[in-house]
Amino acid sequence: MSLDSTAPHITGGTSDGTWGRLNPRLILVNLSVVVAPLATFGATTALSGGKVTLQVLITCASFLITCLVIAGISLMRYFTTRYRITGDRVELHKGYFFRSERSVPVDRIRSVDLTANPLHRIFGLTSLKVATGHQGSASGGLSLDGLALHDATALHRQLSELRQARHGLAPADPGTDTTVAELDWAWLRYAPLTLWGVGGVFIAVGSVYRTLHEMKIDPLELGIVKDIEAHFGSVPLWYGILVTLLVLILMGVVGSTATFIEGWSGYRLDRDEPGMLRVRRGLLITRSVSIEEQRLRGVEVAEPLLLRWARGARVKAVASGLGDEDENSSRSRLTPPVPVALAREIAADVLDETVSPTTAADLAAHPRTALRRRINRALIWAALLAAPFIGLGLWLTPVLVHTGWITGVILFLIGTAFAHDAYRSLGHALHGPYLVTRAGTFTRRTVAFQRDGIIGWSITRSAFQRRAGLLTLGAATAVGNGVYKVRDVGVSDGLALAEEATPGLLAPFIERRP
Amino acid sequence: MLDNQELRLRPPRHRVESRAIGWWTLQSSLFALPLPLVFGVLWLTIAPARFVFGPLFLVALVPGLLYMGVMPMWRYRVHRWEATDEAVYAASGWLWQRWRVVPLSRVQTVDMLRGPLQQLFKLSGITVTSASSAGAVKIKGLDHRTATELVEHLTRSTQAVPGDAT
Repeated sequence: MSLDSTAPHITGGTSDGTWGRLNPRLILVNLSVVVAPLATFGATTALSGGKVTLQVLITCASFLITCLVIAGISLMRYFTTRYRITGDRVELHKGYFFRSERSVPVDRIRSVDLTANPLHRIFGLTSLKVATGHQGSASGGLSLDGLALHDATALHRQLSELRQARHGLAPADPGTDTTVAELDWAWLRYAPLTLWGVGGVFIAVGSVYRTLHEMKIDPLELGIVKDIEAHFGSVPLWYGILVTLLVLILMGVVGSTATFIEGWSGYRLDRDEPGMLRVRRGLLITRSVSIEEQRLRGVEVAEPLLLRWARGARVKAVASGLGDEDENSSRSRLTPPVPVALAREIAADVLDETVSPTTAADLAAHPRTALRRRINRALIWAALLAAPFIGLGLWLTPVLVHTGWITGVILFLIGTAFAHDAYRSLGHALHGPYLVTRAGTFTRRTVAFQRDGIIGWSITRSAFQRRAGLLTLGAATAVGNGVYKVRDVGVSDGLALAEEATPGLLAPFIERRP
Repeated sequence: MLDNQELRLRPPRHRVESRAIGWWTLQSSLFALPLPLVFGVLWLTIAPARFVFGPLFLVALVPGLLYMGVMPMWRYRVHRWEATDEAVYAASGWLWQRWRVVPLSRVQTVDMLRGPLQQLFKLSGITVTSASSAGAVKIKGLDHRTATELVEHLTRSTQAVPGDAT
């Protein structure tokens, strides 16, 4: 089921002046939240012999009331929510007790998203979200949760047609290929390298444990675990740890591969609609994010450590109107992990440049004191992690003291390697209309964004930075994360960079000494 | 070019009111004192547990007093502000210091705020918001009159220029 299936237009009626409604099936979708607890309850009752006790009755009654309340609220939402397009505005009326009427000028629309989770898709629904330039909250936009799919696509199409008409853009020539990138299943090899898989396993194990615990089952007492325990009892400890580690990594690989497949199946980045970049992706939850190209202020190429070793990278859009930080991080994704060369090509393509400024820019290195800060940080981490061993060792046994200092030294060596890598990552440059900055070792991010999007500077210096003659230069923007930082740059270089990026803004506050 | 010159930020022109030191001291005491106070009361009332609450009292009190003694004076030396016809420029912080410049053409709203503690010291704070979610420029510890004048100056200057780079 793709989001742009052009089903005939039946109930929507948003053509000029008439009101469109949500779809009544949204009541069913909303009611389905009760299904899971109800099923668990039913199963437990059945398992415990199905006796109708007072407790069971009370639970049933409360389920019934919950259902009624949800149905009531959903019905209310269905009856009170109306939308229409009038000439140059989208209007949305909703609420009964707290009535809200909002209208958004079509000119102000920065992006239109269609998102459908599996439940929505079972019932043929989708939610549509219209975002305006206002950052940090949904207050500027509109969201319609529970539209029939064909109504949503029709509304989306109407909005884009209106927008094109107002911007005087010609509709895309159906003959030309507007695809920027399309899914290549070979990219799946990069999926395990996104670090979150292993973290995901920990989260999953934690939540399973908690759920079992809630159900009064102690997982450590289960037969299977007992067996493993008995087995481990007879093998050396290091072997047990190794196997556990392998299992964790394996589960992490499976987890992140599954996440990749769920998130990026059917991925396509295109310009089907002139002046709009559109990302469509998702297996169970289908997402379609449209970003107005005028609002695209730059790109970010992110290379998490493992992905960087495998010569892969991800591309993100730096654009306004993508919502708050959480929303922005998922909606700004332009590509899954892809080969780094392709990532650069895509970055160049979306910015309409021949070479992406993230690659073309000649990045200036930062002062050596920045390296010293990073090595110091590694030293502190190593000391903090080794300290408990040494402390316990002094108290209990000298073996632990040795373990402690060896751990400390090894951690410090690893940390120093990372510090050097982090230092090599640091860089900044002005490249044509772009300010380019790079930093990070665990995730190296190269961000290029247009200088005219800079709406202020925020310079921070910690006590250590003041002593080392460094500063962190933050360029405030209305896009993406709100602020993009040039970390640990020399005071003079940093101020010169800021002054050159936005001539005249910082000059009155800068002193020059020959 | 700017090459063979050493550049540095000059501090903004105006200091905040010296009454702000009192305000910051009072504010920090609200954070720093309740915990040692609780330990102190416990030390007084539960005689057998004095060997626990005595050290706890000291451990909680000493950093708190240090914070109360150092932070307000340090802040007072750092916090400064300046408004020209083109930009607002403000410095804040103590251990971590922050200098911010926002061009008036990008300012969206200017708010004046007086919390109960600030009112006690007859102080006002100003928040200048731009389209960036990176956080607003806040100038705290101004005299009420200065604050009103500054707000007037800012609103007058910002109305002139449309557009906020979204």
